[in-house]
Amino acid sequence: MNTKGKVFKYPDNVDTDVIIPARYLNTANAQELALHCMEDIDTEFVKKVEKGDIMVAGWNFGCGSSREHAPLVIKTCGTGCVIAKSFARIFYRNAINIGLPILECEEAAEEINANDEVSVDFDTGLITNHTSGKTYKAQPFPPFIQNIIKCGGLLKSLKEGEDND
Amino acid sequence: MGMTLTQKILAAHAGLESVTAGQLINAKLDIVLGNDITTPVAVNEFKKAGFDKVFDKDRVAIVLDHFVPNKDIKAAEQSKQCREFACSHCVSHFYDVGKMGIEHALLPEQGVVTAGDCIIGADSHTCTYGALGAFSTGVGSTDMAAGMATGTAWFKVPSSIKFILKNKLPSNCSGKDVILTIIGMIGVDGALYKSMEFTGDGVASLSMDDRLCICNMAIEAGAKNGIFPVDEVTKAYMNGRCERPPVVYEADADAEYEKVFDIDLSEIVPTVACPHLPENTHPASELSDIKIDQVVIGSCTNGRMEDMETAYRILNGNKVADGVRCIIIPGTMQILRECVENGYYTAFIDAGAVVSTPTCGPCLGGYMGILAAGERCIATTNRNFVGRMGHVESEVYLASPATAAASALTGYITEPKEV
Repeated sequence: MNTKGKVFKYPDNVDTDVIIPARYLNTANAQELALHCMEDIDTEFVKKVEKGDIMVAGWNFGCGSSREHAPLVIKTCGTGCVIAKSFARIFYRNAINIGLPILECEEAAEEINANDEVSVDFDTGLITNHTSGKTYKAQPFPPFIQNIIKCGGLLKSLKEGEDND
Repeated sequence: MGMTLTQKILAAHAGLESVTAGQLINAKLDIVLGNDITTPVAVNEFKKAGFDKVFDKDRVAIVLDHFVPNKDIKAAEQSKQCREFACSHCVSHFYDVGKMGIEHALLPEQGVVTAGDCIIGADSHTCTYGALGAFSTGVGSTDMAAGMATGTAWFKVPSSIKFILKNKLPSNCSGKDVILTIIGMIGVDGALYKSMEFTGDGVASLSMDDRLCICNMAIEAGAKNGIFPVDEVTKAYMNGRCERPPVVYEADADAEYEKVFDIDLSEIVPTVACPHLPENTHPASELSDIKIDQVVIGSCTNGRMEDMETAYRILNGNKVADGVRCIIIPGTMQILRECVENGYYTAFIDAGAVVSTPTCGPCLGGYMGILAAGERCIATTNRNFVGRMGHVESEVYLASPATAAASALTGYITEPKEV
């Protein structure tokens, strides 16, 4: 599994209130919500994002609210992956549970620039910046989490476990 | 090697003799919680995955609190979906308008959560219940769906940071000033993935409302949970209130902590977190030239009875400054009722404030006090991110109920007087 696209770059402490403002949370419809993804810090994002594009951010990405709508809108917009120096823990969990690929890699998050062309190989954790020619290796997930991702999310992995019992 | 208080509870719920930091476990859950924003997503996932019943109708709690009484048609549809799910699964802890409160004020008050519990909630401030000596953490809707279906959740056992509290708070400070000070010290990711364990002789001087407020904002330091040991104050609070018997765990004497901080409560000062991060803290006394348009006293952080008492003490017989809107939101119906019975409600109105029924409302920019461009609010809420309470060019300053009430009277950020 992999993704390739252009980079949208964001700073440290991107919170779930700017990823999807709570004023829109009177619906759980992902398509409707996705129209407002990142709008409080980047009104251009939803206009410019294309399938497979990559978000690159600093420390503590996704801090704040537990709203699963946050990784969901990022995924629904077509974003192929989020690379950050670190993720807030609930966002990290939610991203895995809903099947939004995320990678922690400090060096890549520091060096990759906005609009760079980047590809990510999720099986190996290899991040390639085609614009600069540099490659990076992200932390691999523990096998337990790899299984959730492989199954397509937490509930599917639970169902699979149930069926195997 | 010994275990921390959090690790003790997790080990017991995973059926293990011991656990160590970093270990992945599957733990049994005592309560699975959701609200009117997160439950609809969970219900959709629950159904999509083909689950047809909840693991235990008495261990699921659904609280309508974010946008109720329904702020608009879409919110009404979400409430309806929660109501129908709760009804069809006979969820015993379903709290609708008239009975509801802000979830993290309500569940401890109603005795739904107790010491020794392992709790997940699809709301980031679920970490509040650590004040009772429970392991309690915020998760997303899919985790809530899985928790409702299986009664279990996976966790990576956290390492801990220990905060040793000493002495007593000055009379113009409360739990809010303690946790804002700590977040200012360690930063918004200072406890990322970790447990914050509060201990020391100073704990005894903190009320349950102080402890609930402190644990509530553990997430604002990135923590997985915040937790206090159970002492006489906790036992007195739980006695006759909790529907299940409390189980008291203690940290081992040789438990390992990643870091240890000594906090002298007597040195805490009224503290304010300036825009746009909770770590951006300053003493209230240094911010006296900041003019405010709105005051909000309420939320899962500071909508409890002591917070109302503090607001009453400062506002009673005085007037909210011209040009300032002061919005007071008691956290639960019981707290609202006490405000009425004690004459606080009348005093708030006479002071020129408005009083709402319980709601998360303005805290997350939902309704009931949204800010226009350029407006400033001092709030007893928990987040001051960009656009959190309204327009992206509005500002939220986080403070204690005493500081917020004192500021309401002057129209500027004001350090509350010692009493």
